[in-house]
Amino acid sequence: MFGLNKKDGLLFLFVIAITLLAPFLLNPFPTDSAMAQFNAGYPDLLQRFAIFGIFAIGFNILFGLTGYLSFGHAAFLGVGSYAAVWMFKLFSYNVLPAIVFAVIMAALFSVLIGYISLRRSGIYFSILTLAFAQMSFALAYSVLSNPKFNLTNGETGLQVYDTDPQIFHREGLPDLPHLFGLSVRATYELNLGGWSFTFNLGYYICAVIMLIVFYLAIRLFRSPFGMMLRAIKSNNTRMTYTGLNAKPYTLAAFVISGMYAGLAGGLLAAMDPLAGAERMFWTASGEVVLMTILGGAGTLIGPVLGAGLIKYMENIVSKINDNVLHQWFSFLPDGFEDVMVTLIHPFVGKGWNLTLGVIFMLVVIFLPGGLVEGGQRIARLFTGRRGRAAKRKSTQSTPAE
Amino acid sequence: MSKSNLTRRGVLKTGAVAGAGVALPTIFTASSASAFTNEPTGGTVTLGFNVPQTGPYAEEGNDELLAQQLAVEHLNGEGDGGCLNTFSSKALKGNGILGKKVTFVTGDTQTKSDAARASAKSMIEKDGAIMINGGSSSGVAVAVQGLCQEAGIIFMAGLTHANDTTGKDRKANGFRHFFNAYMSGAALAPVLAKEMGNDRRAYHLTADYNWGWTQEESIVASTEALGWETVNTVKTPLASTDFSSYIAPVLNSGADVLVLNHYGGNMVNSLTNAIQFGLLDKVVNGKDFKIVVPLYSELMAAGAGENIKGVLGSMNWNWQLQDEGTRAFVKSFGEKYGKPPSNSAQTCYAQVLLYADAVERAGSFNPCAVVEALEGFEFDGLGNGPTLYRAEDHQCFKDVLVVRGAQNPTTQYDTLEIVEVTPVEQVTYPPNHPMFGGDEASLGECNPGA
Repeated sequence: MFGLNKKDGLLFLFVIAITLLAPFLLNPFPTDSAMAQFNAGYPDLLQRFAIFGIFAIGFNILFGLTGYLSFGHAAFLGVGSYAAVWMFKLFSYNVLPAIVFAVIMAALFSVLIGYISLRRSGIYFSILTLAFAQMSFALAYSVLSNPKFNLTNGETGLQVYDTDPQIFHREGLPDLPHLFGLSVRATYELNLGGWSFTFNLGYYICAVIMLIVFYLAIRLFRSPFGMMLRAIKSNNTRMTYTGLNAKPYTLAAFVISGMYAGLAGGLLAAMDPLAGAERMFWTASGEVVLMTILGGAGTLIGPVLGAGLIKYMENIVSKINDNVLHQWFSFLPDGFEDVMVTLIHPFVGKGWNLTLGVIFMLVVIFLPGGLVEGGQRIARLFTGRRGRAAKRKSTQSTPAE
Repeated sequence: MSKSNLTRRGVLKTGAVAGAGVALPTIFTASSASAFTNEPTGGTVTLGFNVPQTGPYAEEGNDELLAQQLAVEHLNGEGDGGCLNTFSSKALKGNGILGKKVTFVTGDTQTKSDAARASAKSMIEKDGAIMINGGSSSGVAVAVQGLCQEAGIIFMAGLTHANDTTGKDRKANGFRHFFNAYMSGAALAPVLAKEMGNDRRAYHLTADYNWGWTQEESIVASTEALGWETVNTVKTPLASTDFSSYIAPVLNSGADVLVLNHYGGNMVNSLTNAIQFGLLDKVVNGKDFKIVVPLYSELMAAGAGENIKGVLGSMNWNWQLQDEGTRAFVKSFGEKYGKPPSNSAQTCYAQVLLYADAVERAGSFNPCAVVEALEGFEFDGLGNGPTLYRAEDHQCFKDVLVVRGAQNPTTQYDTLEIVEVTPVEQVTYPPNHPMFGGDEASLGECNPGA
């Protein structure tokens, strides 16, 4: 199916199903219940799941396959965002040209950075990419935003003003990013009993693009090119001694993953037409490393899961405050209620980073293969039991001596 | 070979089933033809408090959050009522807003425009917040203000000091109670002239980003109007933690005043470096060397400790003021949290009350009605004296405080002393001032969303 083997085909179908049904799956609790706090099925977060999923898939092509750990991937995300917003400012609010331009700019930028950084490997490569990303951040934050040559609008972030040319913009089109006239904010609310599900056009644009690039990533993983990248990871020196120049392969992988990042950046800008320099900050680069490792580096679906988990923590757990905690535990006697609130308090609200850190440590220590390994272990638990049961059956059927 | 049984009955049946299927979602959809985004329908109304809880301004953000919670209590008639008793408008009764109980959701901006917008969006899309309040940096404020304008939500800015918030980036749905860089310059200038004379030579160190530039521009303009000379203006990278290499050239420049256009951690570090170089003990051009920090905050003062003694700066508000509103607010804040509020806390508290009051007076949560009620609104009793919300740019006009690092603080909270309360006339500027976007800047139309 789609030129994939059975296992990959099933995985791809599974991802398609999850992505398209996400508005249902992520809103499991009725709107009025106390658990509604944990619902994640609102457009902004759904979009972020898909976008950062793309970002992490791309990062995984470089890190998971070649083992080159880039600490500066956020730079490409930022470049993509700026490129997209400039398209909005100069031409029109249509998202397609903006996204295409974002990918092209990110590709050019990653050729430049990759060409220089890939002269070294290991920690030196990581530091070089980090340095480039921080340079880009500093450029965007102050140097390129001075009043004489304002390319990035600095701290405030690049945004679209009424005075911008927008030469293809005409009456009747929404004053927001749109896909041929359909605003990305267009939403349809479905109320079923106590549940409410939101279907947002912007999310489905992101989701379809994510499915396409996910498919491309599978093909790339299974291709001879992907095999070559794995070979680089397992023993680069031997590759060189066999007379093979590995550099073009790593550069290609670097540029491809840079384009994925640019695509993610362009989509971010398309969903919300503002590009800030923080997108290039080193913490943003670190975040995608976390996503990939958390989910499982080198696996296909891992990075998407990792991205989802981190964005979920950032947006849902950070919003649980003491008031919410008191509501949850209000059924307990006063003393117990306060104790519970005090116990949980450090881990929610502003402590969401702490919870994330704890989860990350647990995953790295107990599941070095990330969430995907966790899933595999659970699966093995079931199949293992079934295997044992079959064995027992067979031993029973053989008569005792 | 396929064989189809296409009968009239079959077609009708299929058609009916398909039709029902298509119509199903609309049957379940409540006919909620609301006039504006997140119209509160039940017995409660939700406000969104979007403050930095992590990152460089976390301390300010958490102080803001305390004040916002206090404001909600007062609106719901709990606690001692705080400024509701001193507020000149008596529309608020302590029974929520328009009889609806006030609830709130909180979010973490991380002092990043992106995270702040994500958090604000989740408040709007998921929690149904009708108003967003907070922010502790101008970049974030401008970003969230733009978002609220698009979504049709009212934005009541917290701590944001750059001119742009109500200058070239002003929005019809956004309101700022805090003062701005221009006002700092205008308020400081006469005090500087009085304390240091009219023939000083100033050297600026400026945080290299939007706020730093507007701050520098404002101070340079107002001091040069006094007759001061600007020796040099040097931009420092925002992420710097050591400013020694920037301080050393000051000594040889012939300047006798150092202006630090820094905020937060930057200011704490640059001031500490300047003191370590003994700048304050120097005599240049026959005058004592002086340091000026245009924007002060209590939390920065606490961070800089001993070093701020005698250093001049400006503030939006200080808990040591003696008017009724300030006393009422400081009393209820102090009783609840055991410390005096910072000026970022006060601005958020005032903003929440101002919003609630505007809704009450307008008789509707509709953003456009609220905008109308706030535009040109004159009030008193919230701690800043008589104040005007100017209709042209949604900026509050009120007295500005000039403060100085106290020589002999008695507690950890009175590290600043008030030198002068600069009257509002002196800090007022025309709405089309060139520093505020000139004639091009416009609020646009108010947007009720939905």
